[in-house]
Amino acid sequence: MTGDTSRRSAAAAALRRVWGLVYRHLALFRRSWPRLLELMYWPILQMVVWGFVTAYLAGVQNDTAGIAAGMLLGGVLLWEVTLRSQMGFSISFLEEIWSRNLGHVFVSPLRPRELVAGLMAMSVIRVLIGVSPAVLLAWLLYHFGLFSMGPVVVAFFAALLVMGWAVALGVTSLILRYGAGAEALAWSVLFGLTPFSAVFYPVSVLPAWLHPVAYSLPSAHVFEGMRAALLDGTIAWGHLGAAFALDAFWMVVMAGVFMRQFEDARVRGALLNIGE
Amino acid sequence: MDRDADATPAILAEGLTKRYPGGTAAAVEGLSFRMPRGATWGLLGGNGAGKTTTIAMLLGLLVPSGGRIACLGHDMARDRFAALARMNFSSPYIALPSRISVAENLRVYAHLYDVPQAGRRIAELAAQLQLTDLLDRPAGQLSAGQKTRVALAKALINRPALLLLDEPTASLDPDTGDWVRSWLERYRAESGCAILLASHNMAEVERLCGHVLMMKQGRVVDQGSPADLLARYGRDDLEEVFLDIARGRGREEIPA
Repeated sequence: MTGDTSRRSAAAAALRRVWGLVYRHLALFRRSWPRLLELMYWPILQMVVWGFVTAYLAGVQNDTAGIAAGMLLGGVLLWEVTLRSQMGFSISFLEEIWSRNLGHVFVSPLRPRELVAGLMAMSVIRVLIGVSPAVLLAWLLYHFGLFSMGPVVVAFFAALLVMGWAVALGVTSLILRYGAGAEALAWSVLFGLTPFSAVFYPVSVLPAWLHPVAYSLPSAHVFEGMRAALLDGTIAWGHLGAAFALDAFWMVVMAGVFMRQFEDARVRGALLNIGE
Repeated sequence: MDRDADATPAILAEGLTKRYPGGTAAAVEGLSFRMPRGATWGLLGGNGAGKTTTIAMLLGLLVPSGGRIACLGHDMARDRFAALARMNFSSPYIALPSRISVAENLRVYAHLYDVPQAGRRIAELAAQLQLTDLLDRPAGQLSAGQKTRVALAKALINRPALLLLDEPTASLDPDTGDWVRSWLERYRAESGCAILLASHNMAEVERLCGHVLMMKQGRVVDQGSPADLLARYGRDDLEEVFLDIARGRGREEIPA
């Protein structure tokens, strides 16, 4: 076998292993409609509540109605991308713990990087299932089209998706370190970043000493970019570039933390009883 | 059978030691053995003897504190995934996802082990292990015996050259347990697969294993074929040998 053929064959085998993990979660969805419903429930609820807030503000300050609607609903929908991305990754990992299946997964030839790739793929699927109905309803109920910002919304979406993965890698590392007792973080950790992410207000609203904290998060740059797109119709390339650079930085840091915790769990024997 | 079947042992353990961080005593200390291809060996010992720790190290779930393991010729510290692709494992204490069907479970593992023609392999195993009628049932709705057969199907999905079984007949009724033991005997004879079996069922070990490692407090305290051990301890069955070793009775102290 030539080197090229061997590499292609190894890549195909890696893809099949990743698909194996994704297939397991899709099979679970197929047999459990409440899981599907739960994915859509919260983003829709958030969108409806913020839609009414927007409608109320529109009644009070008629001239700013369109802008307020755009910024609030855009913020809600894009922030849901980050939340669902992080939860989609972390909860898919927790599903393996809850089903006490991790022992089988870790003694299979699935590499840790392939496990991460599978969880990322599940995260994308969960985001699309969870956020798409809310985006559609925002358009039907409030005439807010997320894509009215232009194609740049896809870049915003991608940057927030990657940020969700970085946070999820951190959460998964904590679960590897502290066991299933750390699972509450899978639902709560990203809410702690909301105030600094400038989802509904500009970073300038925050006290000056918090600006560096906000600007160390990809999300703050994305939402500054979103406001620029909605208010001025411009693409804030600086913010977009900073968001992706920070995504890359945090992914490298969190991947390092994850691999270190994974290897440490192999030393401590934590992979044997992580669900207990 | 593999082309290199006789060239390298199924398992080579040299001075294998495990001390858990913060622990005072070693869970496994200086374990060395060379298990040939195609053999069935038993790993015996009381609770806390180090069997689970040993199996976890052989599977790469646990990093040894010292020593070296090679499975099927692959060094587990440097090249464990190449070995894992040709090994498999079954334990009643590690479940398969209960909400998805038997067929879906087997398909997941067929993908994880990159099994070619997965559908055909699943049908073949289902026929051999009498699972065909259960393929569409959620794994969580099966009886203990059915779950054991599904776990075996999962463990054989990649036609392993080395199979590690942790108490394969635990919690099974005698009839089902006997069926599983007969099946394993036949499978090993036909496939040439090496089997390392940890069990508390001495009759099972006596029947299936050609060689037994007796562990106590993390060390191999005796080993040999069941017949050799019975002769050495002057006993009629392995359970008595096990009790002699567990209770620290030397061969010369055994009551007549």
